[in-house]
Amino acid sequence: MNILACTDGSQYSTSIYQHAAWAAKQLDASVHVLHMLNPHHEDPVKANYSGSMGVGARTALLNELVELEATRAKIAQKRGQAILEDAESALKAEGIDHIQADQKHGKLSDEIENYERDADLVVIGKRGNNADFEKGHLGSNLERVIRSCQHPVLVASRAFAPLNNFVLAFDGGHSAKKAVEYVANSPLLKGMHCYLLYVGAANSKIEAALADAENTLKASGFEVTIEHRDGEPEKVIAEVVADDHIDLLVMGAYGHSHIRHLIVGSTTSAMIREVKIPVLLFR
Amino acid sequence: MNSSKYFQEWFSNPRRDIIAGTVVALALIPEAIAFSIIAGVDPKVGLYASFCIAVVIAFVGGRAGMISAATGAMAVLLVSLVRDHGLEYLLPATILTGILQIGAGALKLGNLMRFVSRSVVTGFVNALAIIIFMAQLPQFHDQGLLMYGMVAAGLAIIYGLPLLTTAVPSPLVCIIVLTGVSMSMGLDQTLNTVGDMGELPSTLPVFLLPDVPLNLTTLGIIFPYAISLAIVGLLESLMTSTIVDDFTDTSSNKNRECTGQGIANIVSGFFGGMAGCAMIGQSVINVQSGGRGRLSTFAAGIILLILIVLMGGLVSQIPMAALVAVMIMVSIGTFSWSSIKNLRIHHRTSSIVMLVTVLTTVFTHNLAYGVGAGVLLSAVFFAYKVSGQLDITSDIEVSKKARTYTVRGQLFFVSATSFADAFDFREVLEKVTIDVSAAHFWDLSSINALDRVVLKFRREGTEVEISGMNEASKTLVLEVAKYDKPGADDALGGH
Repeated sequence: MNILACTDGSQYSTSIYQHAAWAAKQLDASVHVLHMLNPHHEDPVKANYSGSMGVGARTALLNELVELEATRAKIAQKRGQAILEDAESALKAEGIDHIQADQKHGKLSDEIENYERDADLVVIGKRGNNADFEKGHLGSNLERVIRSCQHPVLVASRAFAPLNNFVLAFDGGHSAKKAVEYVANSPLLKGMHCYLLYVGAANSKIEAALADAENTLKASGFEVTIEHRDGEPEKVIAEVVADDHIDLLVMGAYGHSHIRHLIVGSTTSAMIREVKIPVLLFR
Repeated sequence: MNSSKYFQEWFSNPRRDIIAGTVVALALIPEAIAFSIIAGVDPKVGLYASFCIAVVIAFVGGRAGMISAATGAMAVLLVSLVRDHGLEYLLPATILTGILQIGAGALKLGNLMRFVSRSVVTGFVNALAIIIFMAQLPQFHDQGLLMYGMVAAGLAIIYGLPLLTTAVPSPLVCIIVLTGVSMSMGLDQTLNTVGDMGELPSTLPVFLLPDVPLNLTTLGIIFPYAISLAIVGLLESLMTSTIVDDFTDTSSNKNRECTGQGIANIVSGFFGGMAGCAMIGQSVINVQSGGRGRLSTFAAGIILLILIVLMGGLVSQIPMAALVAVMIMVSIGTFSWSSIKNLRIHHRTSSIVMLVTVLTTVFTHNLAYGVGAGVLLSAVFFAYKVSGQLDITSDIEVSKKARTYTVRGQLFFVSATSFADAFDFREVLEKVTIDVSAAHFWDLSSINALDRVVLKFRREGTEVEISGMNEASKTLVLEVAKYDKPGADDALGGH
């Protein structure tokens, strides 16, 4: 078993390491810490609008750009090294022995699929360095990362708290069934109390699916409470999480197409934003 | 490419891209006019082309941040078409060029760029710079000393001003100052202005169908031009995209760029513009000004058209001297000056390839011929160098009755002769073993050379054994070799 922890040195990092350490202990897994050095192609230091080309203009410009980025990249590398060292010591302090730490060039959302292949669980922070804190804005980055992952993704909240119970948001869909399947078969959430939550109008089909899910979970030794509420899924789930002091939200992610997302927005992103606890997502 | 990356290529930094696009648009106006004059058409043909191509390529190109418009490389190819057949044939030739380029993109011919060596690329840009420079010389004709003085003053502004400030485009200042001087001193009576060179656009371009008979005669006229235009356009575009790739440390889609250039040219042709392609100089200016996204190319095209339609009256007052000064700057900036220094440092075969590319282009005024000659010559030099990778040694047995030849290296048509020469047929032997385990047979010539060696030994009464033929060579041998088939000895004929 292997856990991929993606860090960027933001204030979520400590929480990412703690969540990764918790998962590693539950799964008896090793942790692979990944830090991506974003390519940055920013303004030239000195804006040059002269529009003129002197002798050897191409070589001069190329050299100028390389120099500029080399300086920045060296600083970024050093900073990245410090982040990884910090990650290793944080994980060691949590009692994790098998740690591998890497920094790579590229954007996480573009490259995650290459690194995620060897992992069984991906841990990332809810927000990164570049996200806008004030607006509670998640950025499209997190969503793109999650959409690229074939394995479950644990989205770490700002601070780690001991996990004793979880809500499994169940809509009868494919990814929700996958979530039930995983929870039942994996040691990750063993021993935690499970709230099986369905939001929406009742019908016989969903009743049957809920009963199925309950049986599967109970067979694996989970204590299960079925909750059935009416209303808007996003609001109700957030209410339940807040009122019942839930520690973890488990749900299927991004079941809908890009097109639908453009029009109505994404329930998943809204959920991750709304709740203040970690979220475990299944595609 | 996925939609979010495409979106990012458009809007990663709108402010920066629009500023850079403005700088480029200002630099494009004199160039588009100058290239129209080179091709022998009204300035509006080049300006419409630059607008259409820049705007279309912003959407369909494979390289964000690269500037495409009417170019000198294409203009010089159009001279004889316009002179002999008129503007009506220029437009269908442009459209056909676009169709051929789309075909090249579909067939993924962009991958063929790998055969164009570094030396050929250097030769290409040098030839391009020389052509642009030479095209300015006729402007000095019958204009007297005043013209030289104006051009010199223009160059002084272009190169002097950036030393003081890089906040304003110095070519623009040069144009404004020289136009002001020319208008206030009444020099426009003696010196040519842009207005003397033909019609400027006063409206947006309109869609029009080419006014030529659609028959084989027309195709016969435009096809040879379209082929040259398509090749030169793609070459310059792909070279430029590599340069921009290097500048920005990002990658581009070469085959998409081919198709994009084709679409841009088709649109240009239908809106009364001439064929164009990516511009090395303008792309450098764009990156230098901070342009990285598709928006910079789009802005360049739109701003170019707005400026030209709004200020057409003033543009016609620009003295040709100002334009010539800008174009001399472009040719100086395009030329690879380090390549002159490198003539002594680089291997002389590289230098010869570069010089042949330049000379062929300058004499034929066709970059396609120059690149063709350069690529051919690099291939010949390469083949010659690889043919040196052949080493044949031999050992004689103590009895002096048998000898083993060991062949190492590459065997193909160039090295076949030296292969045959390495054997000593005067020696009287009972048996010869040729060990080719470390050799590679590439073609029929090498197999034929081996055949002849074997047959010659056999005729001297020597037994021949070939050992260590590796699997790849063995298949080749079994298919074509003659020595082990009946009647093999006859094949040598009168030899």
